[in-house]
Parts: sequence; C-alpha cells; structure tokens
Amino acid sequence: MNAEIERRLERILPTVQKPARYVGGEYNQTVKDLAEVDTRVVFCFPDTYEIGMSNVGIRILYEAVNNMPGVWCERAFTPWGDMEEAMRANHIPLYALESHDPLADFDLIPISVGYEMSYTNILTMLDLAGIPLHASERKSLHNIVFAGGACTYNPEPLAEFFDFFSLGEGEESTVEIVNCYRSAKRAGLTKDEFLHEVAKIPGVYVPSFYEHRYNPDGTLAQIVPLHGAPAKVTKRIVQSLDAAVFPTKPIVPSTEIIHDRVNLEVMRGCIRGCRFCQAGYTYRPVRPRLPETLYRQAVDSLESSGDHEITLSSLSTSDYKFLEPLTDRMTDYCAARHIGLSVPSLRADNFSRDLMLKLQRVKKSGLTFAPEAGTQRLRDAINKNVTEEDILKTCEIAFSGGWNNVKLYFMLGLPTETDEDVLGIADLVFKILNTWKAHASNKKRGVRIHVATAFFVPKPFTGFQWEQQITPEEYLRRARLLKNSMFSKSVEYDYHDDRVSEMEAVFARGDRRLGPVIEAAWRRGAKLDGWLEYFDYDKWQAALRDCGIDPSFYTTRGFGLDEVLPWDTIDPGVRKDFLKRERERAYRSEITPDCRHGCAGCGANCLLEGGVCDA
Amino acid sequence: MLRASFRKEGNAVWISHLDLMRVLQRAFRRAGIDLKHSQGFTPHPELSIALPMSVGISSDCELVDFTPAEGVELDPAEVPARLNPVLPAGLTVTDCWAEGRKLKHLVWLEARLTLVYDDGVPDGAAEAIQALLDRPELVVEKHGKKGPVEVDIRPMYRDVRLKREPDPAHPREDALTLTLVCAAQNPTLNPLLLPAAIERYAPEYRPDFTRCRRLRVLDAELEAFR
Ligand code: SF4
Repeated sequence: MNAEIERRLERILPTVQKPARYVGGEYNQTVKDLAEVDTRVVFCFPDTYEIGMSNVGIRILYEAVNNMPGVWCERAFTPWGDMEEAMRANHIPLYALESHDPLADFDLIPISVGYEMSYTNILTMLDLAGIPLHASERKSLHNIVFAGGACTYNPEPLAEFFDFFSLGEGEESTVEIVNCYRSAKRAGLTKDEFLHEVAKIPGVYVPSFYEHRYNPDGTLAQIVPLHGAPAKVTKRIVQSLDAAVFPTKPIVPSTEIIHDRVNLEVMRGCIRGCRFCQAGYTYRPVRPRLPETLYRQAVDSLESSGDHEITLSSLSTSDYKFLEPLTDRMTDYCAARHIGLSVPSLRADNFSRDLMLKLQRVKKSGLTFAPEAGTQRLRDAINKNVTEEDILKTCEIAFSGGWNNVKLYFMLGLPTETDEDVLGIADLVFKILNTWKAHASNKKRGVRIHVATAFFVPKPFTGFQWEQQITPEEYLRRARLLKNSMFSKSVEYDYHDDRVSEMEAVFARGDRRLGPVIEAAWRRGAKLDGWLEYFDYDKWQAALRDCGIDPSFYTTRGFGLDEVLPWDTIDPGVRKDFLKRERERAYRSEITPDCRHGCAGCGANCLLEGGVCDA
Repeated sequence: MLRASFRKEGNAVWISHLDLMRVLQRAFRRAGIDLKHSQGFTPHPELSIALPMSVGISSDCELVDFTPAEGVELDPAEVPARLNPVLPAGLTVTDCWAEGRKLKHLVWLEARLTLVYDDGVPDGAAEAIQALLDRPELVVEKHGKKGPVEVDIRPMYRDVRLKREPDPAHPREDALTLTLVCAAQNPTLNPLLLPAAIERYAPEYRPDFTRCRRLRVLDAELEAFR
C-alpha cells in the first residue's frame, strides 16, 4: 500500500459518503507481487463504484488480463463529488483500488465507456490522476489511455482524449493489446511506433490516423485515412462464448452495488432487431452459451461469491434458446439454497405460465414489459414485434397467478409517432387494467401499473441513425398529453423535463468538433452528468456556445441518407444498406421477422468463422 | 444460537454496519455454513451484530450472533478456521462459542484512542488532557435527532490512562495513547466525543487526527463479556 496516500486517506474517508467504495480490499480482488509484474494495467470505469462494479464487461476483462502472468490489472472508478473535493483539497491523486498506487504509475489505462453522459467523468479521472487530458500531450509510452465499450461505436467526440479505441468484445483483443504493449516496452519503441503496431490488431482504431474534413454547411465531407490506416475498422467478437473467459471467482463488493448478484450472460446479440436499439444491432451476431457451460459457471460463481441472487442476463433473455433446460436445473439448485433466480427482459410474446411458476418458486418480483409504443402501427414501425394480444394474454396469466404489479416502458418521440400513438399508450394501459379486473386472483390487494416513458435518442448503427430527434419541449407536450389521458388511481406515471436525452443525442451522433465541448463543459464544472443531482443543462448550453456549436445540428436536423457519417470508419458487422432497408420498412410500418424465423441478412454473420448465426 | 467474536481493521473499518451484515451473510455461504433463514417474501440468513460501530473505528472485539439452519451440525471451535479464509481482508474471526450471555450484560467497552499530532505532541498535553478527562463533569455537544444537545459524558467513561506512545500499527507517529472504559449501551458513548471535548476545553492540545479501536467488551463487573 502506498503509505502517503494511505495516511491522507485515513483522514478524509470519515468525512465522505460510503467510504467503503474507495478502499478496495474486497473478497476475490486480485493482488499480485510487484516483483513479478512487468506491466501494470488499471481498468477505469467513468462512473461510481456502484455502477461500475455492476458492469459485467469490466469483470470479464479484469479476469482476462489478470490471467496473464506478469501483468497486474487493478480498478478505478469516478469518485462522488464529496470525495473528489476531499481528494483535491488533500492532494490525493486518483489511485487504483487494489494497490492504492496513483494512476500515473500505470502503463495501460483502459476506460470502459458505456454511456454518453459519462464523458466528463473521463476527464475528471484523468485530471485527478494528473494525466494530461489529450492524447497529443501524452508523449511517451507511459500512461497509454484507450477505450472500449458501447460508446466506441461512435468514438469521434472522444477522439482527442484517447490514444486508441478497442472495438467490440474485448476478451481476446485486450490480451493482444497488452502483449503488444509489452513487446513495445521491451523493444523501447516510441509511442508513435507503438500506435502503428497496435493498429495492426484487428478491432483497434487509432483516431489520430484519420483526418476528418468538413463541408461549408458543417456536414462531414470526407474521412481520410493517413499512414496507410484501413478505411474501415471491424469490431471484434469471440467465436466461442463457451470457451471465452468468464470470472467464476467474482469480486464481492463489501458495500451494496446496483446489481448485487451474480450476472450470468446467457447469449450475445439479439434476434429481434428493434430499429431503435443500438445494442440490438451492435452485439450481433447472435450466439447462445450452452446450458451446461452456464450451469457450471452459475454454480462456481455462486459458491465462490456467496451471493444469494443470480440473474440470467442478455438483451432478451426469454429468447435464449435453451432457457427451459437451464431454468429447470437452476431452479432446483437455487430453491434448495434460498437463492433468488431472476430473468429480466422477459418478452410478452413468449412468456409462459410454466416459466412464471418456476420463477415463483424462488422469488416473486414485479412484471416488467417494454412495449415501447402504444399502437400496433408504431410497434411495427420500430419492429417491436409484440402485439396487444400478447401483452394482454401475458398480463392475464400473471394476474391470475397472483401478480399485481406491472411496469410498462414506452418511448416518446419515435420516428413517425403521432398523437394517436401517444394516446394508444393510455388505451393499452386501460385494457391492462380491465384485464386485471377480469382475471385478478386476489382483487383485494389492488393493482399497480407503473408507466414510464423515455425520450427517444437516435443512435448510430440503428435503423434510425439518420432520424430527427424531437425537441425537449415537444417531448414534454406529448408526455403531458399522455398524463392527461390516464385517470385511474392504480396507474402511476411521472414524467420530467428531460434535457439529458437531448445532450445524449448530441454526443451519440457527434463528431470531432464536440471534444472541445466536453472539455469546456467539464471546465465549467460539469460532472457525473448521468446523475440528476449533478446534471446541469446550463453548463452544457454554455459549453456549446463557447465552442460555437449548434446542438440542433446533431438532434432535430437529422442526417442525410448520403451524408458521410462520423462513425463511417467503424464496422460493427451490421451493414449500412441493411440499416437503410430497415429504415424504409419502418416508414412502411413493415416488420422484419426475427433471426429465428429466418436470417434477415444484416451482415453480422460475416464476423463468424462459419458464416452462419446460431439463432 | 452461536456467537463469534471478530476483529475489524485495515480497509474493513470502512464497511458500514449494514454492509457488514451482507458481507458476513455471504461469507457464511462461502464457508458452506447454512444459516437459519428468516420467513417471508425474500428469506435472508438471520444474523445480528452487537453494538453498531461508526465507520473508521477498528475493533478487536466485535460480536456476531447466528443460528445454523435446522439439521446443521456445527462445532463452534471450527468456525474461525472455516470463515477466515473466505472473509475480505481486515476481518478475522478470533473465537466462537455456544450459549453467549444475554447482550444486556454487555455494559462496558475498553477502547483505545490514538491522538496524533502532526508537529509532535505538545509539552504538557498528556497531563492537561488527563486532568480534563478526570474532571467531575464534562459537557460536550452531541448531535441528537433534534439537533445539537449538551450532554455531560463524564458518567459514561472511567479508568482513563494516557501515555506518550504511538499506535502499534503506526510506530513512527508521535502520538498520545489514551485508553479508557466507556459505556457500551443505554446510551453508548462514542469515544470520538473525547477529542471533541479536548477541542472545546483545551484547544491548544487538540490532536490533528484521532484513531479509535475497541479492545474488549466487558460486563458490569468489568469482567470479559462472552
Ligand atoms: S446475420 Fe441474420 S441471423 Fe445473424 S444476426 Fe444478422 S439477421 Fe440475425
């Protein structure tokens, strides 16, 4: 342990909220003998410990890198505001949780970026560590800062801060990157030489190897690869999920985190293809894990962690093709040990009474559905292939089985949405209420229907990547319209003025001109923007003004179908012409059947060695 | 019901009381010791930790009571060896026994305060603080539920001893070691009120930082409580 940091920490920790998140030392953390370590890596997560430790990706990569002899991988998270202030006042640099050594001592600093509104946290972390913010200011091979995670599908707003981006699944590529770095260090390469080497690893995108040129109207004119860089960088996937590294000795936080349980990822990719969903497209191709693998991983992680809850996770777990055999074995194991088994992201169209009863044996939680839109026309347009009949049928099963709590998620501002679609939500809720009246097994307990709406954000690599976002004022109008059309006391719907989604939309489809905006907002004090208690719209507005950027260029304008897109260098497998086709079908309210009913030809299968998805 | 005593030190001192319950529940599972579960919607293993402690304080004498599930044969003597390998750093079970005394007989706590002075212990500090704490009355401001209140804490501690001696874990520091016996419950005395009293009545001897450790739990007769 770093003695000086230790001495100062001891004095500030009693003054901050939840100090346990700042000291590490959790059960199953990895500690190595520095005498046997030649390369030090610190995985950073630009949000709080509670959010970061709930992220499966970070845990997998922590395991993958620590499996390498001679390499020690540690963790760092964004401190909450009180801790940041105390650290600055007491000159404590950002340190890694395992060794408490300052981040500046580390060779490689990978940062997992999953959410646009965490961008300022990246700057907070680098600054607290005393590491220069811009890649160009970091001249040596020391402190190489790179990123992975969902936001790297459009990394351009972050381009100036990172040395490179690692696209797609990192289990294998991260190990290759670390090895490439070790040889560069041994060979005494310069940073520039190293960047040329690392760029040879498939899935590695070095932004400084590309020049972005703009038209007089502000749109992108051309992306010019320099130094022989490839025109496209294709994301990485692991070919066999069953052979891929999985942390069966997970770190057990000593303080409560968001997902305080074992998280078992049953499949990657989603067979559905909802047209607004970035993960649905970018996690493709569809690949299940075998139930035998999962059962073994479940038992190992439960026994090693002592957790009493386990979740079967994926984008759409009820589409997992071996769900039956897996839950059969799992429920027996769990019920005997008071372990809760939960299956989130159930879909209304294949929710079976059987599965429900099985889960009930262990734990009965609320029902959650995401119909996303209120009318069949709009559900067809977004390719959310669930019908009103499915939803009502599922509710009927659930209500007669004793459930009395339903959560429904919708989006407002979807392309082609009209007031009729908004009112359709109220109509659907009313029908669910009537279903409860007709089928509730115990009416005395009453029913609660929670309705939540999200403000649609168009994302890169979706069928809606070119679409306009509505204004926050229009979102509010539609939300009010909905609120005023639902009367029952059993229905809860609260909406709020959502300016975060506007900012999220700016950065989701942003280009390199937004890097200075992030920095300006951060210098004005923007931080922890994903948290309502911190998000400050005025700071962002001021930052946009400082940089002479009109946010509507990225939001309400919409992108031309032939426009060069900032993320055109990135290839996630799914092809642009497929996305265009999906967009056209949306405008015709035409659905695309899911992968199990036939391959729609999205292109992601080309990433697979056999070339065929196991949907 | 079984009772175990454990140490809480190092980074584990930052684990809050509630989180410590979670940590121990998971540790029992990892040790393969099945505990009796509560009834109800979300059954959870029942265990209780005596005398909740603020974060930052270390201890040699924490107590946890637990009941193995029906049909589980468990030799208390085995418990430390089974739990210790699966506990996070800083938590160590030192002993375990059946039939612990009722908690209401836990009356006193022996504690050690380390008063750290960054620029060295001021001359006369030990004597002045000893005299202050031995006064017949010592009124301090406490943060109660309804805001600050003035309380005389003098009846809540005894046997104050001061020595110019560093904390065993920080041998190079210049510090005063203050040991005392203080009320464990009804009401409990937070030993960190003592440096607050020093600050109020003898500000020139105010330490830059105070570390606190619980050493032993005692009954009304000052005998070890088990
Ligand atoms: S290639 Fe076909 S089966 Fe595979 S994810 Fe794309 S649409 Fe689905």
